[in-house]
Amino acid sequence: MVVVNDMTFKLGGEAGQGADSSGHGFAKALTRAGLGVYGLQDYMSRIRGGHNFFQIRVSDRDVQATSDAVHVLMPLDLETVNAHLNEVVPGGAVIMDTHMKIEDSVLTARGVKPVRVPLSEIAQREGGSKIMINTASLSVAAGITGLPFEYIEQVIIDNFGNRKGSKVAEANVAVARAAYDEGAREYGPEFGFKIEPRPTKPRMLINGNQAIAFGAAAAGCRWISMYPMTPATTITEWLAARHKKLGIVVKECEDEITAVLMAIGAAHAGVRAMTATSGGGLSLMVEAVGLSAMTETPLVIVDAQRAGPSTGLPTRTEQSDLQFAMHMSQGEFPRVVLTPGTVEECFQAGWRAFNFAEKYQIPVFILTDMNQSVAIRAIDPDRFNLGEVTIDRGDLMTDADLDGMTEGYLRHKLTPSGVSPRAMPGHEKAIVFTTSDEHYEDGQAVEEAEMRVLQMDKRMRKLDLAAQDIRGPLVEGPEDADVTLVGWGTTYGPIHEARVLLEADGLKVNHVHYHEMWPFPAARTEQILKNARRVVDIENNYTGQLALVIRMMTGMDLPNKVLKYDGRPFTADEIARKVREGVMAHV
Amino acid sequence: MSDLKLFNIAEKSTWCPGCGDFGILASLKQAFAQLDLYPHNIMLVSGIGCGSKLPYYMKANGFDSLHGRALPVATGIKLANHELNVVAISGDGDGYGIGGNHFMHVMRRNPDLTHIVENNQVYGLTKGQYSPTSPRGFVSSTSPDGSIETMVNPMAVALAGGASFVGRGFAGDPKHLTELIKKAIQHKGYSLVDILQPCVTYNKINTYDWYKERVYKIDDEDGFDSTDFGQAWAKAREWEERIPIGVIYQEDRPTYEQQVEELQRGPLIRWSPERPRDVLEAIKLEFE
Repeated sequence: MVVVNDMTFKLGGEAGQGADSSGHGFAKALTRAGLGVYGLQDYMSRIRGGHNFFQIRVSDRDVQATSDAVHVLMPLDLETVNAHLNEVVPGGAVIMDTHMKIEDSVLTARGVKPVRVPLSEIAQREGGSKIMINTASLSVAAGITGLPFEYIEQVIIDNFGNRKGSKVAEANVAVARAAYDEGAREYGPEFGFKIEPRPTKPRMLINGNQAIAFGAAAAGCRWISMYPMTPATTITEWLAARHKKLGIVVKECEDEITAVLMAIGAAHAGVRAMTATSGGGLSLMVEAVGLSAMTETPLVIVDAQRAGPSTGLPTRTEQSDLQFAMHMSQGEFPRVVLTPGTVEECFQAGWRAFNFAEKYQIPVFILTDMNQSVAIRAIDPDRFNLGEVTIDRGDLMTDADLDGMTEGYLRHKLTPSGVSPRAMPGHEKAIVFTTSDEHYEDGQAVEEAEMRVLQMDKRMRKLDLAAQDIRGPLVEGPEDADVTLVGWGTTYGPIHEARVLLEADGLKVNHVHYHEMWPFPAARTEQILKNARRVVDIENNYTGQLALVIRMMTGMDLPNKVLKYDGRPFTADEIARKVREGVMAHV
Repeated sequence: MSDLKLFNIAEKSTWCPGCGDFGILASLKQAFAQLDLYPHNIMLVSGIGCGSKLPYYMKANGFDSLHGRALPVATGIKLANHELNVVAISGDGDGYGIGGNHFMHVMRRNPDLTHIVENNQVYGLTKGQYSPTSPRGFVSSTSPDGSIETMVNPMAVALAGGASFVGRGFAGDPKHLTELIKKAIQHKGYSLVDILQPCVTYNKINTYDWYKERVYKIDDEDGFDSTDFGQAWAKAREWEERIPIGVIYQEDRPTYEQQVEELQRGPLIRWSPERPRDVLEAIKLEFE
């Protein structure tokens, strides 16, 4: 039986062997072939050596997570075979160099086809360098699955044609051609997993960090200050590479304390400003978050979470900063926490964060994570709907407003909404004064109880207002479900896919997904969960932080949890299996 | 020259009677007035501490930030709106202790802002602990047997760090201080003005008299050239017997904002957040 357009490729090797860049190129070829593509890189915290892999799932559907099953494994080193052979399904293939030191019988015993091709020899002969072994390996994969060669060729030309001179492109194309032909000729006829292009309009292959950065660009962000930290750095790098086109100032700083405070300074002066970091950097920013809140300075912070505590697993994923983002910095103040779980939601969070920040003059967090930072997905460009982007600067006074002002300006004026009109410093009608101390309306420090209470109440009123703008949670699936899966952020994809698997078992399943977390949509949560038959909380952390929020805000307990904190993202199969086990155990 | 009275404010100071900060406040107002600046085109950014309360006592735009963090906030404001005359104000603990890392890096970046450090060589607001500029042997509540640390030499650190303007003033000589602050503000680039400021309550060593016996005006020295790094370095090392005040070092160097392409069209705040739709649509194509 031949399976068409439903398979997973996995390319692995040492850091420096190019599993990431060539894997990305292969994903691009599959995207251009019109297929649903979800790609995930997995790397260690080092520049060379170690074990890295790149996994690409392909489907006729819009796939949103990796799967446990691998159909074509492309090991560039022996470690990859040893580490991942158990994932290869019967009927699948391992594409490897002729000399790979593993007995064919180890593979065939599992029903896996050894596809031995002289990869390094082809790379050397056709391209003049063994470095092109990754190109050779992927081209064999294209050959045995039937992905037309033109897609491979075009990606190679796009990747190398302009950047490194056409000779590199030509050499890679020659390697690809030879490897492709040998794969197609020797192994294609008997291989049962095939790729068939589905011509469609051009689509984007994009990861979460790029989507956040693009959202920020659409929102008119003019400033990003940062200190490099995996996995957040690529947000800044993406903006820096386009700073001329976008007119944005990118400032690398001496530390995250500086990064966040420069953003606060720039925002106070009047531009839309952000910073991006991971948990360690966020820890350094804690005091400044309170400063943003107290001085009512709009601030956008991206936290690309990774496995903690402390340095933890620096290149691995986790969802363990939710409670931290909700509570960090001393005292009580309004804030917004956005928790996007797809590239579309990352784009939306990227622009909506600035509206929240400026309308309510508060700190706003975008929580993403390692997995979402690097996972790529093919989407229709219209899913990033620029027509839907609004730029709402809130009560920001124009020069005309200020010209017409008849009384003194009060930066922290007490208003019914809690939002004080904001003036950019520099206009002669408005002296803008603020402080991290509690203050009077004009910004002067105060110790008197009455004004303290008035200013606290004013600030906290903004939280009620912001709550009205919070979207979600999203509910997918039937209302009368047997099982309700609850998650937030990056678990969206695997839960979404797990629902499909569970429904195939005959279970009725729905999915409640939080992509805008705080102020918490408590009333809607109660409405959704009060009639749910069996609720399972699914999170990439140890304590079930969303479940704690739900309990805190609604009193509802979610005792059934699927929690994962090994630094790896969930797969759909894993969630489906755990839910099945849990549900069956309780029937 | 603008009217000095424009900078007056009704706010009553919490400084101790006789505090050196009064002289610094008076000199700063004088400098602003003499340079024809106005409250609305000045931006005072301070940290936390006695000295950092200064913006409360003057009418001007102000941002009292966190302890040690005046410089990054000031830099962010300056780069977002370089038409503002930005003055960062901190004390010795704020500027050289907790904010020391920012001090290191602002010097090499050289944004056009003036950094005033009210250096009283003690933590005053927390009631008298030894600070980074307290002399060795300084007895305080946290160094009851005397400090065993070598004091920071702000002049030498600034020279080594690449500050393009290094100056020292004395709160007991407001006239000289006013001129020094004026020069610092007029300097294009980062300017450090370290001000010897007696703390009448917690520093019984470095008193007005102690300083008066030692300070001398560097301009009175024959042949001193503040553009000569070697001479500046020698002056920066002077302390115990004689303490120079005035411009120790000054050099012309491009400011940070002069080198940022985006800022050559005018202040960043003047750019609308609306980006052309076609530019954004074109970026989407990069992902195809």
